[in-house]
Amino acid sequence: MAWFKKARKPSKSSALAEAPSRVPEGLWVKCPDCAQVLYNKDLESNLHVCPKCAHHFRISASDRLRALFDGGQWTEYFANLTSNDPLHFKDTKLYKDRLRSTINTTGLKDAVLIATGRLDGIEIVVAAMEYSFIGGSMGVVVGEKITRAVEMALARRQPLLIVSCSGGARMMEGALSLMQMAKISAALARLDRARLPYISILTDPTTGGVTASFAMLGDLNLAEPKALIGFAGPRVIEQTIRQKLPEGFQRSEFLVDHGMVDLIVDRRSMKSLLSSTLRFMGAESSPGEPPVVQTTDAVEVET
Amino acid sequence: MPPDLLDFEEPIGVLLKEIEALSMLPRTGERQLSLDTLKRRVDSIRSDIYSKLTPWQRVLVARHQNRPTVLDYVDHLCTEFTEISGDRRYADDHAIVTGFARYKGEPVLIVGHHKGGGGDTKQKVYRNFGYAKPEGYRKALRAMKLAEKFRRPVLAFIDTPAAYPGMESEERGISEAIALNLREMAALDVPIVVCVHGEGGSGGALGIAIGDWILMHEFAIYSVIPPEGCAAILWRDSARKVEAADALKITAPDLLRLGVIDEIVPEPPGGAHTNHNVAAALFDTALERALAAVSAMDSPTRLEARYRKFRAMGNIGIDGL
Ligand SMILES: [Zn+2]
Repeated sequence: MAWFKKARKPSKSSALAEAPSRVPEGLWVKCPDCAQVLYNKDLESNLHVCPKCAHHFRISASDRLRALFDGGQWTEYFANLTSNDPLHFKDTKLYKDRLRSTINTTGLKDAVLIATGRLDGIEIVVAAMEYSFIGGSMGVVVGEKITRAVEMALARRQPLLIVSCSGGARMMEGALSLMQMAKISAALARLDRARLPYISILTDPTTGGVTASFAMLGDLNLAEPKALIGFAGPRVIEQTIRQKLPEGFQRSEFLVDHGMVDLIVDRRSMKSLLSSTLRFMGAESSPGEPPVVQTTDAVEVET
Repeated sequence: MPPDLLDFEEPIGVLLKEIEALSMLPRTGERQLSLDTLKRRVDSIRSDIYSKLTPWQRVLVARHQNRPTVLDYVDHLCTEFTEISGDRRYADDHAIVTGFARYKGEPVLIVGHHKGGGGDTKQKVYRNFGYAKPEGYRKALRAMKLAEKFRRPVLAFIDTPAAYPGMESEERGISEAIALNLREMAALDVPIVVCVHGEGGSGGALGIAIGDWILMHEFAIYSVIPPEGCAAILWRDSARKVEAADALKITAPDLLRLGVIDEIVPEPPGGAHTNHNVAAALFDTALERALAAVSAMDSPTRLEARYRKFRAMGNIGIDGL
């Protein structure tokens, strides 16, 4: 999807800044599913879902937050954590350089945003993964930030939402990445025992160590249509079985059929569905006006 | 070269051949002296080679076909082993073994991957080469819940290339099976001692590797991805596995330094596969001490310590904490 350029301004932690999350390359984009040529502004106002065929374009973490929070307002947390390249990893290039250039192009410090705000009046904690940051891969920073999000939900007794969009564990941080699966899952055990709601939203793609840990542990696992969701990548499986995989294998619909996902939810109705299911789980609207976010800078809060 | 020797052990192979030839001749005092000298040289060369193994060489040792399996360790260290089978949902997975046993006379629950090592091809196929499927992880969790119910500690043995990357794994929810184990083992209210004694292959290993004390054998490996897979993705050339093995920091000393494991279990010179008796005895010492230490803690303290251990993992790699 090179034509659907992921160029974006350095992140603003709140939509109050009124800055678009991406600077579209052109005014027009073509839907990869139905080939309809779409006016970019229309696509944006439709939450990046093709109005003709409902193809779900991949969206950034900040677009995701904008779509979920009331008034597109939220407060971001833990934005300053960065990886220090603990393995001094080098493949065809230095991981340090890869990190630096990704930080420059995305304006983010790693592949997840943690935010609080209101969803239909309900105070919630959200972790949204950013695919354009090294494939949304989970390293030590993603692990720590999501763990803090879980602990924050626990401390505030608020529901937790995690939106996954990730190729899995980040190889360049080795076994430390692998351990983030354990770290986040341990925190989720506590959230579970505390009877607090956790809804996992799986988007295209959600694979590897992310699927095999927090993404599958929701009280509800919701998926966007036709998202690739699996543990092993399709190519790895094809190498194992030495044949092509059937059409639709490891797509959202396949996961619903096999009992692993509760529901496929169109992005345009996600918010209202979340509101009603969270209320089933005991969440209530907070009284009064939401606190006004004063600045767009991240507020660091230790939990 | 004898089939049990690895490529980099060739100098040993040459000497072993000499020893073999010499032993066929009629014994004389002089020949006996030469034999003794040769055997001492084998030991010293072996120690020398194993004192400076590269990460890739450690991969080969960790995957050695004669490396002790979970059942070898159970044979050497436990009594009254009773295997229990099946996940009560779908099937019994032979790539993960679970059972009751006694260690030092006390009841423990055994759970561990089994690659079929030491056996013939049929054995390996029976174990699916240690590639566990969802039912294996679910059997493990069922067994561990029994341990919790009856307040018995869990000993988890880790040795797998990976969770089975086939269609049926995805169909039956391998991700959910592993994920649930991670969450439930974090909160399982009995002592858990984990030992990565062979190949710690990614999520397939981690799926039964949450515990209070993580032991790792001297020449074992523990990795987020097999070096071959990493090389194929990042170098676009699986032949670069040697470099990938180095870059991924998969050896016991590396992982101790990074805080992923708690203790290294020494192996006999030449690796655990050369002498199961000595390997088991060395493991016994570490295991007894670890089990005693975690069993001495009261439940809330132990669970909090387990949480803190995994909670801290990776923080060494973060700036701005
Ligand atoms: Zn379309």
